[in-house]
Amino acid sequence: MKTVTLTVKQAPELYLECENITPDTFAGKKADEIAQLPAYQGKEDTTLGEYFTIAGEAGATAAETQIILKGDCSKMKYIGIKMTAGEVIVNSSTDMYTGGWMKGGKLVVKGDVHSFCGLGMEGGEFLIEGNAGNYLGASYRGDWRGMQGGIIRVKGNVGSDVCTFMNGGELIVEGNADVHIATHAEGGRIVIKGDVNRRVGGQMVKGEVIVFGKIGLMMPGFKYIKDVDLEVDGTKARFAEHIGDLGERHPTRKGEPVYGKIFLKK
Amino acid sequence: MPKVVTDVTCPFCGTLCDDLEVTVSDDNKKILSVRNACAIGAEKFNHTSLPGRVTRPRMRQPDGTFKEISYDEAIDWTANMLVKSKKTLMYGWASTSCQAMSVGHEIAEKVGGVVDNCATVCHGSSLIAIQDVGIPSCTLGEVKNRADRVVFWGCNPAHAHPRHMSRYSIFPRGFFTVKGHKGRKIYCVDCRYTDTARCADEFIQVQQGHDYELLNAFRTAARGEALPDVIGGVPKEKIYQVVEELKGGRFGVIFFGMGLTHTLGRNHNIDIAISFTRDMNDWMKFSIIAMRGHWNVTGSGQVLSWQYGFPYAVDLSRRTKARYQTGETTSVDLLVRNEVEACFNIATDPGAHFPIDAVVSMSKKPTVTVDPHINMSTEISDIHIPVAMVGVETGGCAYRMDNVPIETRKVVDAPDGMLTDVELLTKINARVDQLMGAQ
Amino acid sequence: MAEYLIKNGHVFDPVQHIKGDKKDIAIKDGKIVETSALSPAAKQIDAKGKSVMAGAMEIHAHVAGPKVNLGRWYRPEDKLFDSHKTPGMTRIEGGKSIPTVFKTGYEYARMGYTFAMEAAMPPLYARHVHEEIHDTPIIDEAALPVFGNNWFMLEYLKNHEIENNAAYVAWTLNQTKGYGIKIVNPGGTEAWAWGLNCLSVNDPVPYFDITPAEIITGLIETNEYLGLPHSIHIHGNNLGNPGCYQTTLDTLKLAEGFKAKNNFGRKQVMHQTHLQFHAYGGDNWGNFESKAKEVMDYVNKQDNLTIDTGNVTLDETTTMTADGPFEHHLGGLNHLKWANVDVELETAAGVVPYIYSPDIKVCAIQWAIGLELALYAKDPMRCFITTDHPNAGPFTRYPRVIKWLMSKKARDERLNTFKHTDKVIAATTLAEIDREITLYELAAMTRAGPATSLGLSKDYGGLKPGMNADIAIYNINPDKMPSDPEEIEKAFSGVAYLFKDGKICVKDGIVVDNGNKRTFWVDVKVKPNKQVAHDVKEKFLKYYSVNEANYSVPDSYAPHPYVIAVDATQ
Repeated sequence: MKTVTLTVKQAPELYLECENITPDTFAGKKADEIAQLPAYQGKEDTTLGEYFTIAGEAGATAAETQIILKGDCSKMKYIGIKMTAGEVIVNSSTDMYTGGWMKGGKLVVKGDVHSFCGLGMEGGEFLIEGNAGNYLGASYRGDWRGMQGGIIRVKGNVGSDVCTFMNGGELIVEGNADVHIATHAEGGRIVIKGDVNRRVGGQMVKGEVIVFGKIGLMMPGFKYIKDVDLEVDGTKARFAEHIGDLGERHPTRKGEPVYGKIFLKK
Repeated sequence: MPKVVTDVTCPFCGTLCDDLEVTVSDDNKKILSVRNACAIGAEKFNHTSLPGRVTRPRMRQPDGTFKEISYDEAIDWTANMLVKSKKTLMYGWASTSCQAMSVGHEIAEKVGGVVDNCATVCHGSSLIAIQDVGIPSCTLGEVKNRADRVVFWGCNPAHAHPRHMSRYSIFPRGFFTVKGHKGRKIYCVDCRYTDTARCADEFIQVQQGHDYELLNAFRTAARGEALPDVIGGVPKEKIYQVVEELKGGRFGVIFFGMGLTHTLGRNHNIDIAISFTRDMNDWMKFSIIAMRGHWNVTGSGQVLSWQYGFPYAVDLSRRTKARYQTGETTSVDLLVRNEVEACFNIATDPGAHFPIDAVVSMSKKPTVTVDPHINMSTEISDIHIPVAMVGVETGGCAYRMDNVPIETRKVVDAPDGMLTDVELLTKINARVDQLMGAQ
Repeated sequence: MAEYLIKNGHVFDPVQHIKGDKKDIAIKDGKIVETSALSPAAKQIDAKGKSVMAGAMEIHAHVAGPKVNLGRWYRPEDKLFDSHKTPGMTRIEGGKSIPTVFKTGYEYARMGYTFAMEAAMPPLYARHVHEEIHDTPIIDEAALPVFGNNWFMLEYLKNHEIENNAAYVAWTLNQTKGYGIKIVNPGGTEAWAWGLNCLSVNDPVPYFDITPAEIITGLIETNEYLGLPHSIHIHGNNLGNPGCYQTTLDTLKLAEGFKAKNNFGRKQVMHQTHLQFHAYGGDNWGNFESKAKEVMDYVNKQDNLTIDTGNVTLDETTTMTADGPFEHHLGGLNHLKWANVDVELETAAGVVPYIYSPDIKVCAIQWAIGLELALYAKDPMRCFITTDHPNAGPFTRYPRVIKWLMSKKARDERLNTFKHTDKVIAATTLAEIDREITLYELAAMTRAGPATSLGLSKDYGGLKPGMNADIAIYNINPDKMPSDPEEIEKAFSGVAYLFKDGKICVKDGIVVDNGNKRTFWVDVKVKPNKQVAHDVKEKFLKYYSVNEANYSVPDSYAPHPYVIAVDATQ
């Protein structure tokens, strides 16, 4: 793997659109070519070289490319968007759309991420060491196809509208979550080790949400069925299984409805 | 001799009544009286000739006072601001004509603006919900002619859309509803007992912030599933009873407003109300209509949609593409995050309606406000450009809350020498062309 | 105005029966003229090795109006990573299945189209339709108001009051600046206002107690009484259901015995639109099969019918139609976001996204049916190519549809690579068809034919001197047809030149001029009718939610009108 290191040399006046900071775009390029790649602030067309010093060179393919970002990237948007392979490591917080539409590879943010990150994720691994804003792993507005695959792990807390319209993949949150978790989900799995404020599994068709802490208020459309023993992310425990959302439609398998499930640790 | 202009469309709220009769002085300069309008609509017409009307642009001075300048100076300053700024918020549009919006969009596309309208602090949540789950709906005349089950959920037309109940939703006798309100069952769901609740047959008091849970319970009840004893302060027996009564009707409609758009969950509240409406279509005919507030916020949504594909928060700042993400390209977010460099307000008052952090942010940026009145936005702007009042002193197309397009009329002349929105924007557009051509 | 001489092109013009001969075409003052009428200053356009046809005419697409716009704004995902600006005199364009108005105009023009008919205009929303038409660049447009579920019509035709119905239709065309009589799911959409439907031509409409058959024949009589340029334009009952071909034949048979009466050269009395959706056999999705042959056997025998295909393109798209109950049904099948608007006294509309996947047997059969219809058509002047945009696919796929029609190799390749190819072949007859549409037939199906059906054949759809200079020049050489069918699709995706009213608007696929598009509408004069005037006044007073004085579309919404005057006072 070859490494390209970008170090922030000046903060953008507004926010910098960094859709070109991905292993796929960098693949096959040397530092000076990378510096010429476009970046944007509103109608200003600029280059990555105006805002970053760039060292190293990319691998021949995305899979052979590692990108390291140093300095404060909290006003950089779209880092790692649509990446298919390789590695991106950011040593600060990032702004919106980090890892959006990610298909593969590994993305690590050693800080917080803002909203709309991991949108429509299809594959790969996304690790957030701080907190995430809203709409983590959700679908783009209007799209019924949300997160399809891959794994997102958050060491801190997440906000609201988590994994809306989830179809597949996995989210693991070590901390707490706010409201509207797995709304409209039709698949996938979410594990929240802390507490959830409210509104888990609203309008859920299929999928699983596992909560270790408390849920502030259970949706009336979820019904307790039984206790089960599960092993979740290395922890064995007893959970109360709830099925639902009973106010929503459900597919059938062999004549029996298939429900979404909430497991609440006892 | 004074003359009476009939079939006048009221330019105030989304009910867009078009049966007003305005009596105008012989010289066409003064409104003498208004018939058929509600109190708010009448005031919209009557206040146009009140003393203190600003008729020329004003520019803020270093000492905070305002000095009158010419339209040309204001246009030049505005065009320079737009050309220089990397990303400009162009907000408002809800009280002007579609024709004006079209010119504004041309400017935004050239200078890299984000075009947003009042939905951003109002029914934007509803638009988001419709983008997620669609919407079974109808025109207001269908309600008048067919509806026998009417639900007002989180809205108060008695105050905000005063003639709605008499023109469409409770009292009118339509083709299949000859008994008027006696043939309808009216429900009001709200966290407090409003004047609209007074007109309802049944008032359901929901715990504030629990509409999503309550609607989930309605859906669950409709499917015949079990419920907990109380949801959002409402006992389950009441929920089952109301659902059965609704199913016993032929044509139901839910009207909703800020009670759903602005409480916890926002778009999700409308989303689930729409899902409930959709479910009910398995048993009877059921529709849902958003009580749009401004008389032409719907129009702004329509024009933006056919030109760019999105109903509000349209980011044209890259000038080569239109992008949309509510939460990112919406005005309050752009201001609070300082993601724009300049502000252009037209036909609205963000100073009065935006959260204070957003207003403070706007006050620190070059800002132009186009509005007939001195308002809270003009007082934090660098330039205030007054224009003729649309729907009173100049006409143009407007869209009602059910998306029906109705023409507004010119009823009186504007004060001498004033420009209309269309004229002003056309001149700004031309000046922008000159400045950009010279670059 | 500029003069042009298009030299050495291969001309395909069914109006003059020119089948690819090399012929020069002369343009002066926006019209096609004899080459001898040009001055030496005429600019020469080299069309050597290229094909020259009149501008294509889209007879049925949903491109302007409230349900189109609802489709646009409720599908932001349709523009995700798609909104863009192309080189040329263009505004930002976007929308894969429902293009924005700018993209609509440019894309049609880039493919050589100069006219589009908005397929369904709800009269109450006419102003909106015209606002969008006004903003759509380059192409001329018109719109068809819907009448098939209109309360005035239901009452007049129940009592067979043709003269009254005609007066009402004339009034509506005038108020809405409409072009003709559109019928969608006759009676069924009024039934839908109560959650019901009319699935056969004999199902009576609730309360109004009139059958779709009576509606259809009454409107044919009305249309011919008035002598309108176009025939009735019908989307029949029972669209989209297995076995619906029977209802289709019942509908088409209603035209038997009627003769066209008009001064516009139109010979047909009924145009059945997007026939693909109406040509299904079987009785469930399992035994779903094509009845294209049966339907076309009938259409071929009746020369008072025209049809358009409604080809499925195998894309993700958005369905939208005034067939409200059908859209509710579709939303129930695919569980995607369903939007519906019932329009007082007039009609309804529904919108549902749909993915025509090549992996789904039914979608592949639908694809085959659309092609079969065109390939079985004996008279290309009566069978037109559409995708019922965006219902069966985006109109931007016309080049692909043309490729499939013109190349058996291309369609066999598609047919043989479906997930369930064997089942698809068993349920259709496409594999047995060798016919390949020729360029001349294509010109009939996309130019001369639609123009004649619309009553515009005097000035449009051909290259005869005197006609309007709407001309498309394609990079396709009939003497050296490409062996790779992809080259056919490429050639029809971007014209070498598009002339609109004698002005070059597109060159090498790039928009160089936005032209001066016109709004076509039909202004019918009838004898004053007291009954209808009274009924209009009464219904506005009691049932409509707007005032009568605010209903009409002012002239300012059609600043460049092309008004076709019809005198029906005899």
